[in-house]
Amino acid sequence: MTSNNARTYDAGVKDYALTYWDPTYVPKDTDLLAAFKVVAQPGVPREEAAAAVCAESSTGTWTTVWTDLLTDMDHYKGRAYRIEPVPGDDDAFYAFVAYPIDLFEEGSVVNVLTSLVGNVFGFKAIRSLRLEDIRFPLAYVMTAGGPPNGIMVERDKMDKYGRPMLGATIKPKLGLSAKNYGRAVYEVLRGGNDFTKDDENVNSQPFMRWRDRFEFVAEAVNTAEAETGERKGHYLNVTSATVEDMFERAEFAKSLGMRIIMHDFFTAGFTAHTSLANWCRKNGMLLHVHRAMHAVVDRNPYHGIHFRVLTKALRLSGGDHMHSGTVVGKLEGDRQATLGWIDLMRESFVAEDRSRGIFFDQDFGHMPGLFPVASGGIHVWHVPALVSIFGDDSVLQFGGGTLGHPWGAAAGATANRVAVEASVQARNEGVEVEKEARSVLTRAAKSSPELAVAMETWKEIRFDFDVVDRLAES
Amino acid sequence: MTIEAFRSRVDDPASRKFGTFSYLQALTREEIVAQVRYIIDQDWTCSIEHVEPGRAADTYWYLWKLPMFGVTDVDTVMAEVDACHEANPGDHVRLVGIDRRKQTQGLSVVVYRGEAG
Repeated sequence: MTSNNARTYDAGVKDYALTYWDPTYVPKDTDLLAAFKVVAQPGVPREEAAAAVCAESSTGTWTTVWTDLLTDMDHYKGRAYRIEPVPGDDDAFYAFVAYPIDLFEEGSVVNVLTSLVGNVFGFKAIRSLRLEDIRFPLAYVMTAGGPPNGIMVERDKMDKYGRPMLGATIKPKLGLSAKNYGRAVYEVLRGGNDFTKDDENVNSQPFMRWRDRFEFVAEAVNTAEAETGERKGHYLNVTSATVEDMFERAEFAKSLGMRIIMHDFFTAGFTAHTSLANWCRKNGMLLHVHRAMHAVVDRNPYHGIHFRVLTKALRLSGGDHMHSGTVVGKLEGDRQATLGWIDLMRESFVAEDRSRGIFFDQDFGHMPGLFPVASGGIHVWHVPALVSIFGDDSVLQFGGGTLGHPWGAAAGATANRVAVEASVQARNEGVEVEKEARSVLTRAAKSSPELAVAMETWKEIRFDFDVVDRLAES
Repeated sequence: MTIEAFRSRVDDPASRKFGTFSYLQALTREEIVAQVRYIIDQDWTCSIEHVEPGRAADTYWYLWKLPMFGVTDVDTVMAEVDACHEANPGDHVRLVGIDRRKQTQGLSVVVYRGEAG
């Protein structure tokens, strides 16, 4: 340790690496760790670029200041402690940074993100920057609220065991009156779905104000429950212009006896979202989380924040369901990478696994897991693969694949439910359902005309474009 | 294409559903045995519950004896399923797989459907 009296003030601009690059540093269990993918400007050494990222996202500024000497900078500063090549890429490299836990307010993913992906992303010495992963130390995880209910509590509340749950997004996305909207909800739920869902941009537009929607949907849910004897829910979207509106809508959903509400965490922001998650925990409400706007920041392989980071941040902020991509549907998602962030949603401990894009061991302690939601362009033919990829602790969500059934939404829901149950039954009997998809579904369709018609309707649809963001081949 | 009306009525007890596998045809004995084997293979505990059809929506059904801790023999489980059904012929009977590590039910399947339901 340098003696205090040996420190003197030496004004001027110094290389970041002198202070912030420390390859001998061994990260502490309590450090928050980050892996960035960096492309430096030409002529900037990798160590210097890594140190610059570290400095700008922790204690540093562009020049030395005398006030640095009023504190113990060795205690508070971040440290760039490792750089690694990105396989198959000569320009980019991974920079690993350790931040002392003292730099972050307890239970605030807002504060963590403001530091780690704040000013540094506009920094001139860097050509491009992407936050690939964060290791939240367990000591920090314990300060966050986490999922309001979690997978096990939700299963008990909904009385659903041993299979993925079934959701459906009501379509058309926009333009239905509240009464017509409730009709669609009723049809899907009576047909066998566990859940229906507001689309993300359904908030409170002139054609359907939120209060009217909530009332008609509540009647639809209650009628479908009486008819089927099963517990049902509709994700009532409380995403609003202000937090006051958000809470008013949440309170009204609760007063109607509804089990679950929904929120868009990214467009609404983590502050509003964390408050809503806390409200759900206090009020026994399930919270479905949609991720509108995520692809703006997570799709470009060289810029932004990887979805696995958003996933961890959301788990800490709070949510019982989170959209994960489907691997097989219309939206982006590499299979191995998807399996990686599904683990981050559900497991209490996730080990480093570069083949799944996981850069760090992550311990969530006793924090509950949440259900990944597979949604977007999926239909009955995908069900065996989805059951195989996602397992039981998931929500499979079919919008068009439910409401587009030639006999109507109830029949569409039944087709999906039969497909899910047949796939689970076969899996439990030891069948490799993804490989045997056709025979599993064909057999089930013999006693389900609804499934037979759905299989005929969607037999030609595929979504096999290549993904944009692939994991680096290592 | 002919459009079929959806057959489900509030006043028809046959329209009531019971969770997993209730949208499939009633499981055959061999199919039930396969699910018992699956529960045992997961290292879960088989348990049997039953209830009058009118109370089916309740969380708590009657527990048949005790969960079969340590029982790994499929025939022993099936004998208890049969015994529960014979003693309560009008009741729904469900087979539950208790996952004590996650403290949840890994599986819950109605294997006998009572008269009125």
